[in-house]
Amino acid sequence: MNNKRKLYIILMRGLMMVSTFLTVALVLFLMGYVLIKGIPNISWELLSTKPSYITERIGILPDILNTVYIVLSTLVIVLPLGVGAAIYLTEYAKNKKLVGMIEYASETLSGIPSIIYGLVGMLLFSNNFGTSLIAGSLTLVIMNLPTVMRTTQESLKTVPQSYREGAFGLGAGKWRVIRTVVLPGCVDGVITGCILSVGRILGESAALLFTAGFAHALNGIVEGLTSPGATLTVALYVYSKEEGEFGVAFAIAAILMILTLLINLSATMVGKYFSKRRSV
Amino acid sequence: MNKKRLFENIIHGIFLVLGLITVGCVLLITVYLIVSGLPAIKEIGLIDFLFGKEWASTAEEPKYGILPFILTSVYGTAGAILIGVPIGFFTAVYLSKIANKRVRSIIESAVNLLAGIPSVVYGLVGMLVLVPVIREIFNVPDGASLLAAIIVLAVMILPNIIKVSITALDAVPKEYEDASLALGATNIETYFKVSVPAAKSGIAAAVVLGVGRAIGEAMAVMMVAGNVANMPSLFQSVRFLTTAVASEMAYSSPGSLQRNALFSIALVLFLFIMMINATLNFFLKRDKEK
Repeated sequence: MNNKRKLYIILMRGLMMVSTFLTVALVLFLMGYVLIKGIPNISWELLSTKPSYITERIGILPDILNTVYIVLSTLVIVLPLGVGAAIYLTEYAKNKKLVGMIEYASETLSGIPSIIYGLVGMLLFSNNFGTSLIAGSLTLVIMNLPTVMRTTQESLKTVPQSYREGAFGLGAGKWRVIRTVVLPGCVDGVITGCILSVGRILGESAALLFTAGFAHALNGIVEGLTSPGATLTVALYVYSKEEGEFGVAFAIAAILMILTLLINLSATMVGKYFSKRRSV
Repeated sequence: MNKKRLFENIIHGIFLVLGLITVGCVLLITVYLIVSGLPAIKEIGLIDFLFGKEWASTAEEPKYGILPFILTSVYGTAGAILIGVPIGFFTAVYLSKIANKRVRSIIESAVNLLAGIPSVVYGLVGMLVLVPVIREIFNVPDGASLLAAIIVLAVMILPNIIKVSITALDAVPKEYEDASLALGATNIETYFKVSVPAAKSGIAAAVVLGVGRAIGEAMAVMMVAGNVANMPSLFQSVRFLTTAVASEMAYSSPGSLQRNALFSIALVLFLFIMMINATLNFFLKRDKEK
């Protein structure tokens, strides 16, 4: 082998090693830095109270609750819509052009940056319902629709055609087939879609800033949904950029980091569980 | 029997409506952005708006030129691609072709974690680690700069680049590689001279996806770029298209020319994204046809 070839091989191998090392080091650094800086700042008082100017205390309980409300309300709305759309595409649609159009639309939606969702959500929802968690969650519904659609569609494709044919052969109507054969088959897709959506909602900030606002009031779910409120991510932004409270910001960052880890883990586990069950 | 058919038709109709929701959303977003973005462009003048070098929305004689934002977004994205793509590409080749199963699954879950970290966390770490480091190393008065934004964006697009490239590289038929190996090429030569060219559409799609993510990112950039409407320069505080919208939206009053101009900026950003999406689709389609 001549020297030029040897050099090329060494160079490429080196570049691969360096790049992979950098990627891994980056993840480790980010994890370590945020957890080390954040965990000491997490206290029971921080987690269980609301901010008070009188005692100059910061608590993130309202932000935690707001996050829970927004996740729940978004999922409740987006799941039927996304699953329905996926069922239409795989079970009903025959017109290729229409399917292409719907799929193109869903790809477009997933490429639109969240700041634009924030603006449109402000025009569409906040101007009608006021700046509120529900306006925020309706915005997030549009954002997460493609995700739920895609995961459901993928799992529907794995339902064997023969199941449907068998049900039809027994005299079942289309709706009955969907209800009894197709829907149970897409449970894994729906669960994966849920997990991915929860991750995206947790991480979202730009789309919520102008739709859900950044109040820290302690509310029940009904009152909470109709009044403005910050989720954890938005609170992180406000505390670090506007108020310079880096301790609180890092505490929230650490919580978000741990949640992200848990979400990734559960997504992997769900995937493994269902693929094992399917192969049996 | 007729009753049953009616019922089935109703159900069909409901699913049709659900299926069309995405199309409706895209139309709604497009129409709203155009309707709310055009008035300000009309008032300011398209040329003055797009190529005006100065943005001073709150000055006594307000100026609404967004060339600094456009150029910053373009330079920032280009910089992020320049740093992120090579690192992501070589990592992807390593993971797809060389790493054993165990190593690959560990690193892949690390990459997934990177993809899941909220952008404000990137912003926070960038603000407290990267910005001071840039100030120290390059001896500039403020580290919050285009360079800081470029580095943060490069990190943020890394997982996208890696994941999409891996999918493309995994799909290269084994026969191609076997043939190359049989002809006497070494492993590494085969991967880079046979596998990579065979996966080039997918890798191109990864790059375009990265461009879309980088140009659309708002919060992380807002926290590290300093947010002054300067013409782009590596060590100066700059404002992107996204952050221009985000930073003034909160205090602009509804109906004012300032707020309308912000919608016009969003419209420009939207057009950029649509062009990027079209390019992405082109590459993905070409990949499928092969």
